[in-house]
Amino acid sequence: MDKLFTVSPSPHIFSGDSTRKIMYRVAIALLPALLWAVFIFGLDTLRVTSIAVGACLGVEYIIQKYLMKQKPSISDGSALVTGILLAFNVPSGLPWWIIVIGAVTAIGIGKMSFGGLGCNIFNPALVGRVFLLISFPVQMNTWPSIAIDGVDSITSATPLSLIKEGLAKGMPVSEMLESMPPVSDLLLGYSGGSLGEMSALLLIIGGIYLMIRKVITWHIPVSVIATVILVSGVFWFSDPVEYINPVYHILTGGLMLGAIFMATDMVSSPMTPKGQIIYGVGIGIITICIRLFGAYPEGISFAILIMNAVTPILNMYCKPKRFGGR
Amino acid sequence: MLKTFKIGGVHPPGSKLSAGRPIENLPLPLSVFIPLAQHIGSPAVPVVARGDVVKTGQLIARSNGFVSANIHSSVSGKVKKIDSMADSSGYPRQGIMIDVEGDEWMEDIDRSETLSREIDVDGQEIIDKIQKAGIVGLGGATFPTHVKLIPPKGMKVEILLINGVECEPYLTSDHRLMLEKADEILTGTRFLMKALKVKKAVVGIEKNKPDAVRLFAEKSKSYEGISIIELKVKYPQGGEKQLIKAVTGREVPSGALPVAVGAIVSNVGTAFAVYEAVRKNKPLIERVVTITGKGLANPSNFKVRIGTPTSAIIEAAGGLPEDTGKIISGGPMMGRAITHPEMPVTKGTSGIILMKKTESRRQEVIECIRCSRCVRACPMGLEPYFLMTASEKNLFDIVEKERIMDCIECGSCSYICPSKRPLLDYIRYGKAKVGQIIRTRKK
Ligand code: SF4
Ligand code: SF4
Repeated sequence: MDKLFTVSPSPHIFSGDSTRKIMYRVAIALLPALLWAVFIFGLDTLRVTSIAVGACLGVEYIIQKYLMKQKPSISDGSALVTGILLAFNVPSGLPWWIIVIGAVTAIGIGKMSFGGLGCNIFNPALVGRVFLLISFPVQMNTWPSIAIDGVDSITSATPLSLIKEGLAKGMPVSEMLESMPPVSDLLLGYSGGSLGEMSALLLIIGGIYLMIRKVITWHIPVSVIATVILVSGVFWFSDPVEYINPVYHILTGGLMLGAIFMATDMVSSPMTPKGQIIYGVGIGIITICIRLFGAYPEGISFAILIMNAVTPILNMYCKPKRFGGR
Repeated sequence: MLKTFKIGGVHPPGSKLSAGRPIENLPLPLSVFIPLAQHIGSPAVPVVARGDVVKTGQLIARSNGFVSANIHSSVSGKVKKIDSMADSSGYPRQGIMIDVEGDEWMEDIDRSETLSREIDVDGQEIIDKIQKAGIVGLGGATFPTHVKLIPPKGMKVEILLINGVECEPYLTSDHRLMLEKADEILTGTRFLMKALKVKKAVVGIEKNKPDAVRLFAEKSKSYEGISIIELKVKYPQGGEKQLIKAVTGREVPSGALPVAVGAIVSNVGTAFAVYEAVRKNKPLIERVVTITGKGLANPSNFKVRIGTPTSAIIEAAGGLPEDTGKIISGGPMMGRAITHPEMPVTKGTSGIILMKKTESRRQEVIECIRCSRCVRACPMGLEPYFLMTASEKNLFDIVEKERIMDCIECGSCSYICPSKRPLLDYIRYGKAKVGQIIRTRKK
């Protein structure tokens, strides 16, 4: 018995969880919404998604291998998730080269310039999306029509952008809403919009899956959605003619996608429940402010990026409850 | 709803392979090596010399000061040498090596198994007997028991908690002892209550040991002041502070001893040793050790003489499996990996776990993805990811403020981390440094 044995400090057992598994679970949770997008927008969906995912993986590989001179770790699943989320946040007719620019921005600037996985301050997919929104406003706002028959399709505009335009022309919201898709269509996903933001219902199902698999907790999505309902509700209550009702707010403009999948990105969101709730409330308030008073019809992307920047401060001040008090 | 502690905790798989195996006596080894420091405090001082003939139960090293413990020979035979042997941390430790000859016990030890429940001794006498018998906490902390029984001035003990939680995976020694020696443990508890002058004792047992819960619920009825509580399964419920929180709802303040909230915790094994010391006049020379592992032929529970080489226990359980990669003394969450199988069983050895090569390999470490799992798992409400990074950068004043010294080294954070980060390794380093800083500040 004079073999050598491994000596290492405790603990000696580890949970079966891994970062890779977590990332793949996020990808699985996005699958229902992706399939729905294929159904709605046809094969264009797969074109956009595969270009986005491929470009994100490629950019990360090249930067790690040739610029950072590390062992590439693209199989960890994080670039895959960034790619899917980037695709989910753009219109299905976007030209391939714009998608690639988005991927380069997302991974190159949003992630690798900070040092790679875990070091970024902002959600990479959103960095890519907002860059595209500012650089290619026309292409990013060209909404193709729905590919299936028998459904009233909306082309070239999302409900929120139509309302924003209408408001600028002085039309009352209540009237406009009558010509908009009904709430049930929004829930199921028969309206215009980015690839993955179509069906609120399928996104919620994905979110519930993530909560059951303990990838995310309820704190961020619930606080974002509740805040949006509350703040928009106050406006709507004060003047239902001028303002959109809360239900419409939470079902449009990528709010579910943002609240469930973008705001909950672990790397760029706070660590403690308290911090997460403040963060969620902040996102909700900023989103509504942008939608009601800003230049963009949507707003959650900007809101999340702004709160991403606040996250380090929230981590500093929102400590977990210590055992044994202070 | 069953009770448990509030903050953090993890649920590693139980893996209690040896739970159904009754305690067997391990055959006497050829020789034993009995370390002089098997407890927290100063090492004992030998009172025998090379060549002396000793009996089982004879004092061979005297406690050195108040926080120290007597050490007795666990076998009869001849003292071969007083020498050092590398312990699990690699440091040479002094010990007494005895070649076994026969098994002749000291005459004043009652070796009968008959149960005797009388509590006819007074508190001071109980403490004296415990001190004389060299009893230390058998849950793994090995703090001398008599010291615990004399609370610091001005502090009042209100409740005694008996720890039957055994929350570490794999280990079953406490579980078996509870099933086989319930009355002895409860009588030992009565002695401890008398020594502490408390009216109330609670035995805490986790739900995954329903047979022990049932037995103790039944037996405790005939012991005044002792009740039992079934707890939800959660690691590290066997930690003193977590157990006190789970049972009484009180939180031991940061940096304070359990007695600050009026509680004292003792392990079931300790209560059994107290019974034997007071009733049978038997010093602490043997204990129950679980020998287990996924590749082992017969995972078992043995009553082992202190100083027995680990290899003898492994042999008795079917021999060392070919693919063993790591030998752990203690539980898989807090135990220590030992370098070679000749290392002796000491008073604090609750189990030996043989891990396969595939199990003992550490996985690749990647960046922290700030998933906050470690924060949610920490039973002390700390931020392990932050303590690791700050310790790595030698920011000791910051980690001290972030209460690194509260860490109980339970390993929950390293266990749960999906990026397999060695959180506790760095936190230990930080704690050691902060500890040094605090000591120099006091001077
Ligand atoms: S569990 Fe690991 S990856 Fe998650 S926050 Fe803690 S250190 Fe980072
Ligand atoms: S080892 Fe320390 S820091 Fe890690 S979970 Fe346990 S108490 Fe918390």
